[in-house]
Parts: sequence; structure tokens; C-alpha cells
Amino acid sequence: MDMARLNVPDRDLSSARMKVVRAAWAAKYYRSFDRDAVLRIAGAVVKAGHDKAGHFAEAAVRETGYGVVAHKTLKNQLCTFELLNHYRDLDLVSPRVDADRKIIELPSPAGVVFALAPVTNPVATVYYKAMLAILSRNAIVLSPHPLAKTCSAEAARHLAAAAEAAGAPSGLIQCVEEPSVPLVEEIMASDKVNVIMATGGTAMVRAAYSSGNPALGVGPGNAVAYVDPSAAVDAAARCLVDSKSFDNSILCTNESICLTQQQNRGNMERALRTAGAHICSADETDRLRDYLWQDGAFNAEAIGKSAVWIAKQAGIRANDAAKILVPVVEHPGQDDLLFREKLCPVLTLTAATDFDQAVTFAAQAAKRGAGHSAAFHGTDQRRLIAYSSAVPVNRVVVNAPCSQGAAGFATHLPPAFMIGTGFAGRSSVGENVGPQHLVHWTRIAFGRDVPADLSALDIEALARKPASAPVPVMAATTASAAEPDLNRDALRAMILEELRSLKGASE
Amino acid sequence: MFNYGYFSFASKDELLSKAAEYWNPGKVKFWQDAGTPMVIDRREGYRLHDMSGKTLIDLHLNGGTYNFGHRHPELVEVLKSGLDYFDMGNHWFPSVARAAFAEKLVKTAPHMKYAIFGAGGAEAVELAIKTARYATKRKKIVSIIKGYHGHSGLSVATGDERFSKIFLADRPEEFIQVPFNDPDALERVLKNGDVAAFIIETIPATYGFPMPEEGYLKACQDLCHKYGAKFISDEVQTGLMRTGVMWGWQGYGLKPDIFVCGKGLGGGIYPISACMVTEECGQWQVEDGAAHISTAGGSELGCLVGHHVIEMLQRPETVSNIDFVARFFAQSMAEMMARHSDIFCGVRQRGVVLGLEFDHPEGAVAVSRALYENGVWAIFSSLDKRVLQFKPGVLKDVDLCQEIIDRFDTAMPRARQLLSEMGRTW
Repeated sequence: MDMARLNVPDRDLSSARMKVVRAAWAAKYYRSFDRDAVLRIAGAVVKAGHDKAGHFAEAAVRETGYGVVAHKTLKNQLCTFELLNHYRDLDLVSPRVDADRKIIELPSPAGVVFALAPVTNPVATVYYKAMLAILSRNAIVLSPHPLAKTCSAEAARHLAAAAEAAGAPSGLIQCVEEPSVPLVEEIMASDKVNVIMATGGTAMVRAAYSSGNPALGVGPGNAVAYVDPSAAVDAAARCLVDSKSFDNSILCTNESICLTQQQNRGNMERALRTAGAHICSADETDRLRDYLWQDGAFNAEAIGKSAVWIAKQAGIRANDAAKILVPVVEHPGQDDLLFREKLCPVLTLTAATDFDQAVTFAAQAAKRGAGHSAAFHGTDQRRLIAYSSAVPVNRVVVNAPCSQGAAGFATHLPPAFMIGTGFAGRSSVGENVGPQHLVHWTRIAFGRDVPADLSALDIEALARKPASAPVPVMAATTASAAEPDLNRDALRAMILEELRSLKGASE
Repeated sequence: MFNYGYFSFASKDELLSKAAEYWNPGKVKFWQDAGTPMVIDRREGYRLHDMSGKTLIDLHLNGGTYNFGHRHPELVEVLKSGLDYFDMGNHWFPSVARAAFAEKLVKTAPHMKYAIFGAGGAEAVELAIKTARYATKRKKIVSIIKGYHGHSGLSVATGDERFSKIFLADRPEEFIQVPFNDPDALERVLKNGDVAAFIIETIPATYGFPMPEEGYLKACQDLCHKYGAKFISDEVQTGLMRTGVMWGWQGYGLKPDIFVCGKGLGGGIYPISACMVTEECGQWQVEDGAAHISTAGGSELGCLVGHHVIEMLQRPETVSNIDFVARFFAQSMAEMMARHSDIFCGVRQRGVVLGLEFDHPEGAVAVSRALYENGVWAIFSSLDKRVLQFKPGVLKDVDLCQEIIDRFDTAMPRARQLLSEMGRTW
């Protein structure tokens, strides 16, 4: 290529810096929007998002090569009406008054959220994080993974347009078009960013925590699904196969290991096979291991690919209808590579001699995905609690697919594409991340013994600014709108009116 | 000790006395008397650091020169990169930087044909007047009373006599002045059929940014054309997105025959100005391209910086920011005026060009001083000292804008005190 003779400043970096500045303006205005306005914008955005869920799912699969269009469509949809319905009654906008404790709480949104979106769930993450920002009255600048930048930016623009059309300030939802590692590192460290939402590889999440800015980052998973002898094994197997094949297992909530007891193993293999799994022979298990880990590292080309495709690459003869591949490691242990996280439809089956050994193994295996998710199949509640107490995870999905269950489909957990891995997973948040994590509260606390009657307080009226002009809503890029010709006469009239009212009050 | 390596000063006082001794005693004294004895030392973004250590937020921007703030890192990078390859260049020859920058400028105003470069605004005005005279073969130039277009020979003659008479540079026989916002007065002059051009700042800056009345500028342009004169827009302070569009005239539905820009065109780091002309007006460049010559005009380094300035201004993020800044100050100044209505009586605004009116003949001098004491530098209008020029930059962010308003609010009681010392006139 013909090299430029002059050094040119990084245009993408400047543009990203300006996006953050613009977001700060949007946040300034948006933080004073009332609940109706917020819900109106949220409603418009989820509708727009839902309308194009399939379109962007297709775009994401085309651009990244990961996952399954139908499943990505479902994930995108989960972040629209379902997410809004889940949080509709969580009021993060109105002040709260606790008359008994004599405490008033005023919501204080973070301001500018800088959010990373991973290559594995690009559009779903854009949808999800944008919705969290909207519901918490924050502005958001998204930074997609470079391999998913086009579909992510397109999705962000689509949501932004819907938000603006519904009255949101311009710049509320923005997306970096040309992301790079240096750009992300610089923006993450910007003093104009108020909080980072980091999803992605461990290095990126650690970088977010090292940036000096407040961060919500989540770690990787390595879910162990324990199938107890008390389980309905066929139902459990169906859950496992459905979950492991969902979006070609690209979610970090998917099961990595199916753990059962020796007495149950044959039954488990049969049930998995019936549910659509290909159970690997010892030789096939070795081939699969050699294919998936090369030079000690997970083979990235397998991420998000179908079972059939992977089988072919690994030299395994599997039925074309195989939904997942199940390598079998006879005895649970710590060292087998197949016990590590696999973002592809490969589920390692192993069997413990008894429940105690199963729990010990699960606790060890889950350390590789500490704080994340695990699954339990069975009806023995004593074992469920014992298992959940021992395994260092923050959510245990019971008798349901873990992929969807931990992320809030198929369970009543909050719908989320940020699965808080808590202290165990080196994260500041241990639950499914929601809009409440992006708002802090100013707490007005009266002295215990000081009389204060807050029961009749009209906090809404008090919170309103006395002379606030209407919040400007602006479309920035068109010439006519970018011409802030404040009508001088109107302004003067407004001022005169103001003055007259002041005079009237003093006379 | 202020040791700069090449020279050093023991103190700010020593600098002031040296400046008065060797440089310009009048200016040194003037600012001391005004209570704003600023000597800008370090500067970055929209902040100035006085030699005393005092920090000021810059709302003067030298009329938009520092539209992007001081030493914008990206522009500095561009200039440094340019210095590894170019120098000022040889004005006789075509050059890549000049051709590229000219094309970039012409594309911002498609009815224009050529960009002719100078080193400063006055030179661009000089070019505009010469071009209009060439195109019409007429000599007379009309401008507005209290207009201002620079200090060189032809440009200074268009302006207030304060700047021309002292140098015997007024030329009343060739340069005629008419009142602002009075198209009839202009028509009376144009009727004689001997006027080459009417030149006007789209919003007259030095006059305190009085807003052109609805239809006034368009009427002037139409009258010029009716009587065979050229309409020249001086965009030195209103260009470069400062009114919300690239050129101020675009917002008024005008199509000037000639327009000039300068100041911020060089990003505050390399001087350059331009005179934009239509094909008809620019014919002298075909007839005799060397009829106007300028060694420093259109320096290649300036062209490189200017090229990047235009590119930065066209970014959607910049356009959006300007809108935010403009609306923020519209709203905040309305609130300030309500709070301080006894002294603060009017706001003139278009985009990020603001003139704040104070109810005293020298009100803005007092307010400028009060703001200075509170860490804000904004200058009064030379030709209407009731009006404070208040010129936020296009990249100011929300925190800085809020800080400005907070400081403004804090400064008002001090302004009130200064005004009462000066003696109210009513």
C-alpha cells in the first residue's frame, strides 16, 4: 500500500473522545427526565429493537461467524419487551421517602456509561446495555468488539434513532465505529467516563478494573451441571442438549461439564443420545481434545460453531443431526483440558463415585469460572443446597437449561448479558447486572431524635427546579436544526414575563 | 523566576515593565487600568494561566481563533507532522497543501469558485475589496457604521475612524458608511451606481454582536445585485461553525459574491486566512494570477492545519456539541438574566456567538473585570462597551460550561459593586 507521507492523527480516537463529551451533554439533560418520559423512550426503543431483532441477529452471524440466527434473534428479543417488563416497576427515577426512618433518597445516575460489547453476543449486548442506560437515565457509549463492529454500530444507531424520536436527548446512545485496543484503553481511563460496563475477554475486563474508573466487569464461566440420581434423567438431558446447542453455546452461561454419579452414567449417556447428543468414544474424545486445544490454548475457530462442523474438523463421524458433542472423561479430575470452558457445543460428561466426590469436583471445576453459574438437576433439596453452598458460583439453575436460565430466560432471574461473578470472580457485582447498578442515591437522613414529618412531603414538587426552562431536545446533524437561532424576541418576552412575576411578588 | 530557556524574567512585574518599555506602553497600561492585567503564560484547552498563577477560562478566544481551545492536541500533532515535511512553501508555485485546502474550502460553499489565501483576516479583506473593484471596475466600498474589518490599508478604511484617523488612513471619498440594520440607507448610496461592494460582518463582532434584523442581510445582498455591486460577507468571527453552520451567511439564506475568513481557520497555531470568490469575481486570477502576492499567505503549514480544522468542524460529534453548547448558554443566560436583571439586560445570541448587554455605557468593562477576578476571561466590545463578547468554543464540554455559569453567577455581585462605583447613569 502507498504509505502516507505525513503522520495523521487517529481520527477514530478523536471521534470516540468527542462521543464521550457528547454523551456527557446528553446525560446532563436526561438525568432530569421524569419517569413517564423514561418509560416512553424505553418503550420506543424496545419496539424498535424487537422489530429488527432478526435482522441484526442475521447481521451478527454473518459478520462474526458465531452462533445461530434463530437463537440470536431470541436473545435480542429477550433484551426488548421482556427486559422492560422485568424492570418496569423498578423505579429508579422518583425520589423515595422513608417516613419511619426519616430518610429521603434522591436518585443520582452515573452519567456516562462506557460499555464494551463482546464478539460472542454483539447485538444482544448493545440492546441490553442501551436499555439499562435508558432505564437508569444514563447516556451510553458502546464499544463493540472489532470483529462485530458493523452490526453493533448499526444496531446502536437504530436504537438511538428510536430513542431520539421518542424525545431522548441527542447522543444518549452512541457506538464507537472503529474500535481498537488502544482506543478502548484510553476511553476507559477518561475522567469523563463515569462507569465502565465490561463484558469480554478476561484481559479486557481486568483492563477495565485497572483503568482507574468505576467498573462493572464480569468474569468467564465454566458451568458444571450436576445431574443427581433424583433427577428425571430424560428431562435433564433435554435441558442440557437444548442449552448446550443454544446459539452454538456462545453464552458464558452454557454448561461446560455434565457431572453425574457412576450409578447413573449409563442412563445419562442414553438419555443424552436420545436428546440429540453424539456421545464420543475414548478415541473420539482424544481427537476432540486435540482439536479444541492446540498448544495449550483453546482453538478460536471452534467458538460458536455447530457440533457437526466441529465433529468434521476433529475427524469424528457424527450424525448430521447431532446437536452437541459429548466427550467422556471417565473420572473427574482437575487436569483434563476438557473440563475447561468451551464456547462451543461440546459438553464433557464425567461421573463421580458418590455425591461427596461430585461436590468436591464441581467446586474445583467451577473455580475456573468462579462466581458464575452452575446447574442442578434433581429433586433432592438437601443435595441442592449442599451443592450450591460448596460450588463457588453466584447462581445455580435448577432443572432448566443453564445457558438461558442463568441469563434470565426460563428462570425468574433478571434478564442479563452481564452475569455478575462477584468477589469470587474478581467482579464488583455478584448478581445479574441491571439498571439499578447504574444509579446511586443521595440519602438525606434526619437525626434520629429530631422531629421530622415526611409523610405528607410532596417530594416530586420539591425536586422540581423553580425556574427551569424546558429541556432541550435536539437533532444535531441537519443544518436547520444545528442552527440554534434562539428567537431573541421570544427570549426577551420570557424574561419580561419572569421579571413581571418577580415584581408582582415583591410589590 | 520565569526561565524560558531563550529568555527569562524575574517576575510578572519585570515582564510588564519590559513590555511597556520595548513593546507597547499603551496596551500594557490599558489592561492594568482595566483591572485585567493578564499575561498569558501556559495555556491548554479552554484555560489560560496568567503569569501570576491565576487560571482563567477563555471566553474571548481571540474572536474564535481558539475555537477548538488552545493547542488542541490533534492540531498540534498535525502541525508537527507537517513540519517534518513542509515549510511555508513558495507562494509562486502550485502546492499540494494549498490545492487540497482550497478544494476543501470551496466544497463548503459550492457557489464559490476559488479560495485565495492570506496570512490574516485583514489581508483577506484586502483581497475581497481588490477583487470587488476588479470585478466591477468601481472604487467605492460601503460598510456599516461601527463596522470592523481589520487594520490594513483598505480594510481599516472600512472601519471606525478611531483606527484610521490616527494614521491618516481614512478615505471618506472612497469608503462610505451606513447605519446597521438600515437597508434604505444602503440603497441611497448604491443608487449612484459607483459602489464596488458592500462589506459586512454577518454579525458585527466589534460592535457587540447586534443581531441583523429579519431579512436585513438578504435585502442588502439583493440591493447590491440590483445596483451592480458585490456583496461581501466578513466571516472572520461568524464562520467556522460558530453560528451553528459552517458559514454564518448560510444561516441567513445568503449567497455572497465574496466572503472572508481567518482567525480560527489556523486553529490558533498557524496563521492563515482565506478570501472566497465566485468564478465571475475571481477572473483576475485567470487574467493575472500574480496580481496579488503574499509570501506568508497560504503557507503550506497553514493550509495543512486549516484543512484539518475544516475536517474537525464537519464531524457529526462537533456539530452536535456546538448545538449543546449553544442551547446550554441560551438557557443558562436566560436564568442569569432573571437573577441579575438589575444590571444584566439582554442577550444576543446565534450559535456560540453571544453578546451580553449590561445596563451601563461601560457595563461590559466592569463585568469583564468582575469575571476576570472570578476566573473567566471575556472581553467587552471595543465599539459598544455595554456589550460583553461571550464566545464559548465549539468543543466545550458540559462540566466546563457549567463551571463558566457558576463563575458568572458568582461574579455578578462584584460587577454590581464595580458598576455602582462607576456611577449609574439613570
